[in-house]
Amino acid sequence: MGFSFIRPDTNINFVGARFAALVVSAVLILAGLGSLAVKGGPRLGIDFAGGASMKVKFAEAVEAGQVREALSGHDLPDFVVQSFGQEGDNEYLVRISSFEVEEADFLEPLQAAFNVVDIEFEMVGPGVSAELRSNALEALFYAVLLIGIYISGRFEQRWMAAGIMAAGLLIGIKLIGAGYEMIFDTGIPMSYTILGAMIIVLILSWYLKLNYALGAVVALIHDVLITVGVFSLLNKEFDLTNIAALLTIIGYSLNDTIIVYDRIRENIHTKYQGTFGQLINRSINQTLSRTLLTSGTTFAVVLCLFILGGGVIHDFALALMIGVVVGTYSSIFVASPILLALVPQEQRVPQVKGSKAVAKA
Amino acid sequence: MKGSLAWRMSLVALALILGVLFAMPSVLTEDSYLRRTLPNLNLGLDLQGGIHLILGIDVDKATEFRVGRLGQNLVNMARDERLAVKSATANGLGLEVVLVKEEHLEPLLELLQEDFSSFNVVGEPRMDGDNVVLSLAYDTEQAEALKESAFLQAEETLRNRVDEFGLTEPDIRRMEDYKIQIQLPGMHDTDRAVANIQRVALLEFMLTAENQDIASAEQGLLEPGTELFYRKAEGETQGAPVILETTVFLTGDYIDNAYVGFGQMNEPYVYLDFNSEGRVIFADLTEEYTNRQLAIVLDGVVYSDPVIRERIAGGSAQISGDFTEQEAHDLARVLRSGSLPAPVTVEGQSRVGPSLGQESIDKGIKAAIFGLAAVLVFMVVYYGLSGLIADFALMFNLVLIMAFLSIMEGTLTLPGIAGIILTIGMAVDANVLIFERIREELRKGLTPRAAVDEGYAKASLTILDANVTTVIAALILLQFGTGPVKGFAVTLTLGILSSMFTAIFVSRVFMDIWISIRKTAKLSI
Repeated sequence: MGFSFIRPDTNINFVGARFAALVVSAVLILAGLGSLAVKGGPRLGIDFAGGASMKVKFAEAVEAGQVREALSGHDLPDFVVQSFGQEGDNEYLVRISSFEVEEADFLEPLQAAFNVVDIEFEMVGPGVSAELRSNALEALFYAVLLIGIYISGRFEQRWMAAGIMAAGLLIGIKLIGAGYEMIFDTGIPMSYTILGAMIIVLILSWYLKLNYALGAVVALIHDVLITVGVFSLLNKEFDLTNIAALLTIIGYSLNDTIIVYDRIRENIHTKYQGTFGQLINRSINQTLSRTLLTSGTTFAVVLCLFILGGGVIHDFALALMIGVVVGTYSSIFVASPILLALVPQEQRVPQVKGSKAVAKA
Repeated sequence: MKGSLAWRMSLVALALILGVLFAMPSVLTEDSYLRRTLPNLNLGLDLQGGIHLILGIDVDKATEFRVGRLGQNLVNMARDERLAVKSATANGLGLEVVLVKEEHLEPLLELLQEDFSSFNVVGEPRMDGDNVVLSLAYDTEQAEALKESAFLQAEETLRNRVDEFGLTEPDIRRMEDYKIQIQLPGMHDTDRAVANIQRVALLEFMLTAENQDIASAEQGLLEPGTELFYRKAEGETQGAPVILETTVFLTGDYIDNAYVGFGQMNEPYVYLDFNSEGRVIFADLTEEYTNRQLAIVLDGVVYSDPVIRERIAGGSAQISGDFTEQEAHDLARVLRSGSLPAPVTVEGQSRVGPSLGQESIDKGIKAAIFGLAAVLVFMVVYYGLSGLIADFALMFNLVLIMAFLSIMEGTLTLPGIAGIILTIGMAVDANVLIFERIREELRKGLTPRAAVDEGYAKASLTILDANVTTVIAALILLQFGTGPVKGFAVTLTLGILSSMFTAIFVSRVFMDIWISIRKTAKLSI
């Protein structure tokens, strides 16, 4: 047999560390939310906020200050200059929030001062940015909706419950939307709809006793909150590609959670002697090798992308890196302990449909 | 796993051959035989450079034009019936009709009911001094239909204009809210692209008025049925004013073709061919108005107004006016593509320069190679010979992704490359799951063959399950994402789907081959 990082008999007490993990998660989430609150929400890229930007590559090394100097005095209100890409690339990003500009407004003063190799220009008008914002939020909403339905049916083979979940979500969203419109006389903002959908999924999972689904959704919200929070702490912008990263993280983090949950259910069907907590811990340990290996390879490629992929893809790779780490952490320290918290204490190993025969045997 | 080994081996071999065959064109040079004969993938704008435009079609203006024109018709018809209508002014979907004599209100309402049923009277007529003011509103349902048709016509015209640029893979897509997205790969002159696309190109043939009293015309005193226009400016000097009769005899709609010709001084002009209907109208027009001046008006500017010498039956005309050759070509192209029914505004644009695109490709490939190398080495070190099988499955997976992208003639973007890189890291997950299971089963004391059977059986369902959530996320991105993000969603989805085939099916075939060759050997895993 090849060698292994995780010895087969490993038995780390992850479940025992759940309160410490709770503190870590709470600190991370609160720090992120605090940063968001102080900065007045996430920083939006120009595709969501509207405006214009020009990425410019110079033939020679140029200081940011020189770029600023070259651009000042021209008709570019409140422009911001950032260096871009790696050192030695000599690339800068110039951005303004106005969209009533043309490529030449940026390019001409720069060409007059420096040797410009190539440029990338982007302008997003208010109509387009509004549509992109609503598209992104709609995508997040459907992600919550579909994944909520899938995992509620998937984990306990209770598709009836999943049906109720789907109906509940759709009716609930309609009701919230109608109620909001009655009170405020305008359509409900998509961000509230997403929040509403998440809360409905949580309440319905609780009410329908879909413990696995509840755990998975809590872990998912946890991951997204931390990623968005860390982005805010690092003062990074949210744009279309980062939303794509966020959705990928949602899928990826659930993937890890599903593997651990599957093992828990499998172990429930065997003649396991011991408490539910021990069973969960055993399941986490059994899948630990796989969890770390896969996260490791994924992290390695994303790291390559982060280091070598160039400026355009930099933040996207960063979001994925954060997501992979947080997703792995949450599937071990968040999703599984929640399951434990949801199962009544007096019940040792919970009975699952079809498990009775196995348990008696 | 069911099915005989030989059968499964041939399936894998077939998939490999087809995969390599279809993946090849995308890595070969432009003029190679395979590349020209087989479908291959396109590079997105962010990789090959080019212009991306989001255009808003002002369909409200189109309906307002329409309401205005109907208002003019109403005034004309009312005057024919000797009703003292002073004016009809359009404002959005509303039309305000000013009537001089109150007793003409009843017959006007009758006229409205008979011939202008698309208008509804709003509220009661009100008095404004001696005049009666009647508010009309264009039917909203018809207005919607009008907007829709204006949008379709605009899309058609834009499509024609983009085709005239002669680019290899231009892309035009309808978006919500009367917007159109245009991608012009390989094009870098934004000003020219926008100018050509935005041009309304409304070509009209009108008669120059016989009474050219410019002085009073500039004070707003015009004879009924005439209007003040200006000639095309030459250089810095403004064009001279000229009075035209408002009747439009022919428009650009009657043009079959337009091309550039050269006059005696080698000065370029645009030559127009009318279609059959246009030819008849033109012949009648030139016969009836011989010795009058016929003005050629483009977007409200008079280009020329030659005297009609005789009836012209041939059905062609020419526009001259101090063009450069480029201007003449652009004008001919725009006229060929038809006029825009509504103003077009640029709501978003981007341009990626050619060398930055190439830089992105180079960096993306570099990241992919390093990521791939790291994963390949790791798998061999960690899982031994089994790791080598997983590595083969991974490479196979990459070939399949490229093959599917080529067959679909998909578009590879920088996020798309990122999606492939991410797939490299995530796709080995399936093999990791299987191998970890096999190790576990071996520890329980199972024989290699039994352990492999158990490992694949138990892990396969889990792999399927775990991938569903990622595919859900990717499909949502595909639905809501724009260009580059869609590229990411496509490669991620393809990568995950084909990884199920390579990691579960292909790697199993090799495991089975290995076990059947060396029956007693210990499994290197």
